[in-house]
Amino acid sequence: MAILVDKKTRLLVQGITGREGEFHSRQMIEYGTQIVAGVTPGKGGQWACDDRVPVFDTVAEAVAATGANASVVYVPARFAADAILEAADAGILLIVCISEGIPTQDMIRICAYLDQKGARLVGPNCPGLLSPGEAKVGIMPGHIATPGSVGVVSRSGTLTYEVVYALTARGIGQTTCVGIGGDPIIGTTFIDVLEMFENDPLTEQVVLIGEIGGSDEERAARFIVERMTKPVTAFIAGRTAPPGKRMGHAGAIIEGGSGTAAEKIAAFEAVGVSVAEHPEQIPDLVAQNS
Amino acid sequence: MKLHEYQSKRLFAAHGVPIPGGDVATTLQEARRIAEELGGPVVVKSQVLVGGRGKAGGIRLAQTPDEAEKVAGEILRLEIKGLPVRKVLLDEAADIQQEIYLGIVVDRAARRPVMMASSEGGVEIEEVARTNPEAIKKVTIDPFLGLRGYQTLTLAKGIGLAGEYRRAFDRIARGLYAAFLAYDASLAEINPLVVTAGGDLLAVDGKMVLDDNGLFRHPDLAEKRDLDEETLAERQAREAGLSYVQLDGQIGCMVNGAGLAMATMDIIKHFGGAPANFLDIGGGAKAERVATALSLILADPEVGAVLFNIFGGITRCDEVARGIVSAFEEVKPTIPLVARLVGTNETEGRAILESSGYRLITATTLAGAAQKAVAAARGELAAPRPGLVEG
Repeated sequence: MAILVDKKTRLLVQGITGREGEFHSRQMIEYGTQIVAGVTPGKGGQWACDDRVPVFDTVAEAVAATGANASVVYVPARFAADAILEAADAGILLIVCISEGIPTQDMIRICAYLDQKGARLVGPNCPGLLSPGEAKVGIMPGHIATPGSVGVVSRSGTLTYEVVYALTARGIGQTTCVGIGGDPIIGTTFIDVLEMFENDPLTEQVVLIGEIGGSDEERAARFIVERMTKPVTAFIAGRTAPPGKRMGHAGAIIEGGSGTAAEKIAAFEAVGVSVAEHPEQIPDLVAQNS
Repeated sequence: MKLHEYQSKRLFAAHGVPIPGGDVATTLQEARRIAEELGGPVVVKSQVLVGGRGKAGGIRLAQTPDEAEKVAGEILRLEIKGLPVRKVLLDEAADIQQEIYLGIVVDRAARRPVMMASSEGGVEIEEVARTNPEAIKKVTIDPFLGLRGYQTLTLAKGIGLAGEYRRAFDRIARGLYAAFLAYDASLAEINPLVVTAGGDLLAVDGKMVLDDNGLFRHPDLAEKRDLDEETLAERQAREAGLSYVQLDGQIGCMVNGAGLAMATMDIIKHFGGAPANFLDIGGGAKAERVATALSLILADPEVGAVLFNIFGGITRCDEVARGIVSAFEEVKPTIPLVARLVGTNETEGRAILESSGYRLITATTLAGAAQKAVAAARGELAAPRPGLVEG
């Protein structure tokens, strides 16, 4: 068992005929993900990915015809807000948005609307989800992961791959790897994912990869001490980041002196969560917990 | 993207926020003319994108046009926190009875805009948050309902604003929120909002930070970016679609992915070195972009070694290696280069680097790569000698 996505997930790809959408759809199919439909306005009736996936004009049509129950969004940033809202409006309850560059004020409205609909958004500006041996939704490279009992949650992309790869190399497998995204406003936070891992019978421990900016890690630390029984190992990127500068991710910025790596590390250490000095130490710390 | 005080105040004014009469000048003649037109005493204010202008002598009062010209000349020669003053704003001096703070930020945890007011105007809000958090009153704004009258009343009462000013305060608060929405701001702030001797509310200072992701909706504002906000290298990087931040260390870093780039900087520090930059070459990493990135790194005279840390996921190591090699042909590096390529097509990638004619110091682990880069920057790593192989 995994969290969020597995073999039974019936995935719909928004932007399936675009360059990114098509490329990653093929990768997802190859991994074993059930892609049941694609959506590109104006291309309804066509087929994508070597005639394996039917394309629809709207999400509602795709859901009616295929019973899709999750969506992944690859459309360019200026159309991504609409794509997410359309999916939620069509009754999709899990929406994963890979696209980077959605304006923050659009995200504020999207999150408020999705809350009303009871839909979950993962991302935006995230690598997506990977449940090894089950399904992958997004752009994580499938071959770096292997099934096992560690849950991984991260605000980053390649840093997550680095850590997952290091775990796999040490023979430590994963239940699900969740990239929650690097934007200031995101649909799913560390706490949401920690709660799912805590409730997932197959997950025995969790690796959390945070970075500078905001206070999601501090809230995660409180959640861990108050609500979690499973051990958590953390890593925080950005110890050397200067204040006031955006470090690539829109959300990775130290503002008004807060959101520093030091504060986050202190918050985890205060509740007994071990924090790795660098990514390659993570497998050692995880091994100590098993 | 940060806006200057005068730009922010003009945008606030367009949404009904009262601001003092005034204009910007870049020369002494302009400063004198503006002061003459305004009549009475004026405040001459440096327009630079940093805080602490007053303490640095960048905000001064002038009683006459003669004095305004002289003061403007002095301020225009200033450099504040490393930024040259290129423009001054001359505003009618207000007769201030009370100073308050009013601002809107995005509360990341609540995923809503939050309006904040404080009776301690004229002081940075972060400072008030540290010294007197009780003085800050907040209301959370529902994006579908907008800012409501009862919320502005709650703020006005919370900061002890006299009843007679509450109607004006409500209008200003709604105007500020309208401007915040209209320009995709991530911060909009009036500090101070003053009560004048005449009983008016006036936005004496203003600040706005725009969300870079929203700039495509505001091309007119995007053009107004102050180039002093970033270094030349940072600007070149932005124009090339790279995320680059200049730091003051000796080890140049070229990494794919923002989180991994930060982790690479951190591990260099962990092993006793200092990173020269943050650089995310992004996914795909086409040759041209890699070349731009490498020339930016090498243009920094402090850089004594470069560390390439590439994790191939969807991005293939051979593709990045080809980018690096074609960059070498363009920029011909002469300092030690440490390369770590891991993941998809790593073997092919390493082979491409090895056959490039350049000798690179290679590593397989991140820790190993960082240690080698630190040693190389200190000149301690003798073999293999980097640089172009003869013949």
